[in-house]
Amino acid sequence: MTIRFEDPNRPNSYIGRTVPRPNAGKLVAGRGRYVDDIVLPRMVHVAFVRSPHPHARIGAIETGAALAEKGVLKVFTGKDLAEICTPWEGKLAHLQGMKTPPQHPLAVERACWVGEPVVAVVGRTRAEAEAGAALVEIDFEPLPAVTDIRTALDKGTPVLHEALGDNLCFRKSNEAGEVDRVFAEAPRVVEATFKTARHTGVTLEPRVIITDWNGADGQLTAHVSNQAPHMLQVLLAGHLDIPESRVHVICGDVGGSFGLKVHVYPDEVATAAIAKIMGRPVKFASDRVEAFTSDIHARDHEATGRIALDENGMILGFDVDDWTGIGPYSIYPRTSAVEGLQVTNLIGGPYAFDHYRCRTSVVFQNKGICAQYRAVGHPVAVAITEGLVDKAAAEMGIDPIEIRRRNLIADDDYPKTTAAGLKLEGLSHHKSLDSLIEAMDYEGLRAEQKDLREKGVHRGIGIASFIELTNPSPFMYGIGGARISAQDGCTVRMDPDGSVVALTGVTEQGQGTEAIMAQIVAEAVGVSPDLVRVVTGDTRVTPFGGGTWASRGAGIGGEAALQAGRAVRQQALEVAAAMLQAKAGDLDVRDGIIVDARSGEERLTLAEVGRIVYFRGDTLPKGLPRELMQTRHFITSDYPYAFTNGVQASYVEVDTDTGFVKLLKHWCVEDCGRIINPLLVDEQIRGGIVQGIGAALFEEVCYDASGQMLNGTMADYLVPMSAEMPDMVIRHVETPTAESALGAKGAGEAGTAGAPAAIMNAINDAIRPLGGTVTHMPFTPERILRALGTITD
Amino acid sequence: MSEHFRSRIDLEFTVNGEAVELTVPAGRHLIDVLRLDLELTGSHAGCEHGVCGACTVLVDGQTVRGCLTLAAQLDGAEIWTVEGLTESGAIADLQAAFVERNALQCGYCTPGMLASAKTLVESGSVPSREAIREHMSGNYCRCTGYEAIVDAIETVARTRAGVEARVEAKVR
Repeated sequence: MTIRFEDPNRPNSYIGRTVPRPNAGKLVAGRGRYVDDIVLPRMVHVAFVRSPHPHARIGAIETGAALAEKGVLKVFTGKDLAEICTPWEGKLAHLQGMKTPPQHPLAVERACWVGEPVVAVVGRTRAEAEAGAALVEIDFEPLPAVTDIRTALDKGTPVLHEALGDNLCFRKSNEAGEVDRVFAEAPRVVEATFKTARHTGVTLEPRVIITDWNGADGQLTAHVSNQAPHMLQVLLAGHLDIPESRVHVICGDVGGSFGLKVHVYPDEVATAAIAKIMGRPVKFASDRVEAFTSDIHARDHEATGRIALDENGMILGFDVDDWTGIGPYSIYPRTSAVEGLQVTNLIGGPYAFDHYRCRTSVVFQNKGICAQYRAVGHPVAVAITEGLVDKAAAEMGIDPIEIRRRNLIADDDYPKTTAAGLKLEGLSHHKSLDSLIEAMDYEGLRAEQKDLREKGVHRGIGIASFIELTNPSPFMYGIGGARISAQDGCTVRMDPDGSVVALTGVTEQGQGTEAIMAQIVAEAVGVSPDLVRVVTGDTRVTPFGGGTWASRGAGIGGEAALQAGRAVRQQALEVAAAMLQAKAGDLDVRDGIIVDARSGEERLTLAEVGRIVYFRGDTLPKGLPRELMQTRHFITSDYPYAFTNGVQASYVEVDTDTGFVKLLKHWCVEDCGRIINPLLVDEQIRGGIVQGIGAALFEEVCYDASGQMLNGTMADYLVPMSAEMPDMVIRHVETPTAESALGAKGAGEAGTAGAPAAIMNAINDAIRPLGGTVTHMPFTPERILRALGTITD
Repeated sequence: MSEHFRSRIDLEFTVNGEAVELTVPAGRHLIDVLRLDLELTGSHAGCEHGVCGACTVLVDGQTVRGCLTLAAQLDGAEIWTVEGLTESGAIADLQAAFVERNALQCGYCTPGMLASAKTLVESGSVPSREAIREHMSGNYCRCTGYEAIVDAIETVARTRAGVEARVEAKVR
């Protein structure tokens, strides 16, 4: 049976409506339960001694003074933990030629970045553990550090991991058509260099984990702030030699994640190993300096890009050479190659052209590990693409909207495989652009810009089209051997009172998973959403699933929930039909009541069905199936990914005296397919945009040339705060995917994917008449004044 | 440790209207007293140096950073946290507006946001959006992008001042 989504008056029409999030009430009351709120009996605390050196050999470790400190219980070195915990390598088999050395929970012979955990000190309290950590003396012998990206492979540069031969982790070139010929012959070739700054997630809740080894049961329990509980279960089991079935991972309330909390961190594995040794609960709560030095970083890319066009401004091809530094190890288990790989897939994504080349070089360096963070690779690829398109438009005297109109893939040209090799099912670039132009009153803004320019006020309008990868299939990780699940499942159970419980393998970190699951299940079963309780984040309870990442929750977890809910509904109808001596096909469930499908006449409540099934099953025909609990799993199979699309616009004012950028307004029109909860989608987009604004204007993890981190506090590393942020207009086009009955694609990363490019283009639109442009993020006042020639030293 | 400097301090103050007596290490911060000694885990530690605002609570009617305030400074003080503000109903309209407008996602910043917002909406006038943004700019939120928070506070300020709210249209 299909749901008539186009009919807002259909029964139980909860999908597509703004309904409040069921878990928001407890959070505004301060009744969330984040991991650091949990205190277990006999719990101890671990603090880490971290490397102050970018690269150093670890000599003698003196722990006597720490152990003598009051409240310090144990001290562990890398060698101690290596005895009970196997090392890991963040590699995927399908990424040919990829290299990365084994990584241990605590550094064993060498420390390879500032912040790498080297020694663990366990205390009765965190303060005592920290006091002990301060007394550990490590004989470090500093080694030469690799810090620059572009010279990492030069002969004169030291090799970070001798056994690997060079500093290249991974290299991939994606090529189609005749790039060299086309660029040699094209009437117009435009080139630019781009940098996206190394930045980090800055979740307000730092990483935190409590692990408890119960030797009597042979069971490890982990309460952890994480996005992928089943993945962590499998990996902790593997490295600590515990059967998977005896590792129980619980992810309750998570204080922000954005990809940061989907990885395996050495200090968290160390905490689990220590719990196994000590046989009691151990808590590790990262502080903010530890967060800056040991959370994953992202986006440390430098690229040179070229675009070729014909005399009419039609794009012929792209040619991009992308370089990225990922720290000393590839992240486990997703690898640090995926960001660069995404760049090689996503350049030119929205446009029609035939000639394509993008190479990424992923190199090791003595800095924090880079990995997947919200909109993996997208902001880099969109900035390069849209920066080149805008530069070409400016040089050719074509309006930025007009050049996009000419080149965006036509809305009726799908399904389509792009020059970069992406299989696209259905996108709406032109509809989205039309909607954007109307929303922002493009012509009006251009007129205002012109008037103000004459008065010495420099405003700019920036446009950025983009595609976004969502709903990944096993082609992303599973194919490479990683035990990361691309399928997901949902169990829906009807209880005797007619209320419903939904257990889902996708997780909640604030984006509203519980709300949309409640809506989907409510519509599928035929009850009010407030009768649906959603359970997430517990490996013992929910179906095995992948968790929440790559904007997969709604599209994959949501479809499983829809199908499971429909199955429970069908089962309830079968039971009701037996009770009423009717045919199930003649009945329907509406708002918790079994009705005659044609007349709408009320026949029976779901609660009565529940009462009979659970307490008076003897009155039903013998052998009648009565499982009011059904599980369904869903995996995408027609396309490796469900791509979404969108377009953003930024309106800024640049103070040419100070270099400050004022964000006046921001617009985004995006197409995530079926929208389940309009308000939640809008707020995902807004939050994503602001993370993209951070990338464009503020955020940069700064290291000096020796590899020392310079800004490890929130006073030094700037994040977007409310005063500088603009109001944002969000609109939608809906092109549902035909892969699922629900038709939902992801919406979590679109904002972050497009915002940096939109702002870059807006700034350049403002300052180009003054003779400068900027392409190296973040666009600080200093960089803008340099572009304007105000600062020259 | 000098004899003139005591390592532990005896304190008496009220938290959420309840009298509290306790002895704490001299270096104990308010956020740790709340979370560890009094099990009031609604207030959160985010940056531990006064930038992010996650630990914002009310002391004698003013917002303070729980991570910068030494408990030893608070003898005789009146402290309110999200738990007490919820129970008393003092911020019920703000909480309802935050839920209605989805002005929170992960919720980690929310108790601090609400404490900061409370002092703004109590002023009696209707602040401009710019004034709301400025007032709230000591509270970091990584999830929402702030607009929903500004909308929710604006709604409450207008309702309290008897002016019709203007942001309803955004909640489709």
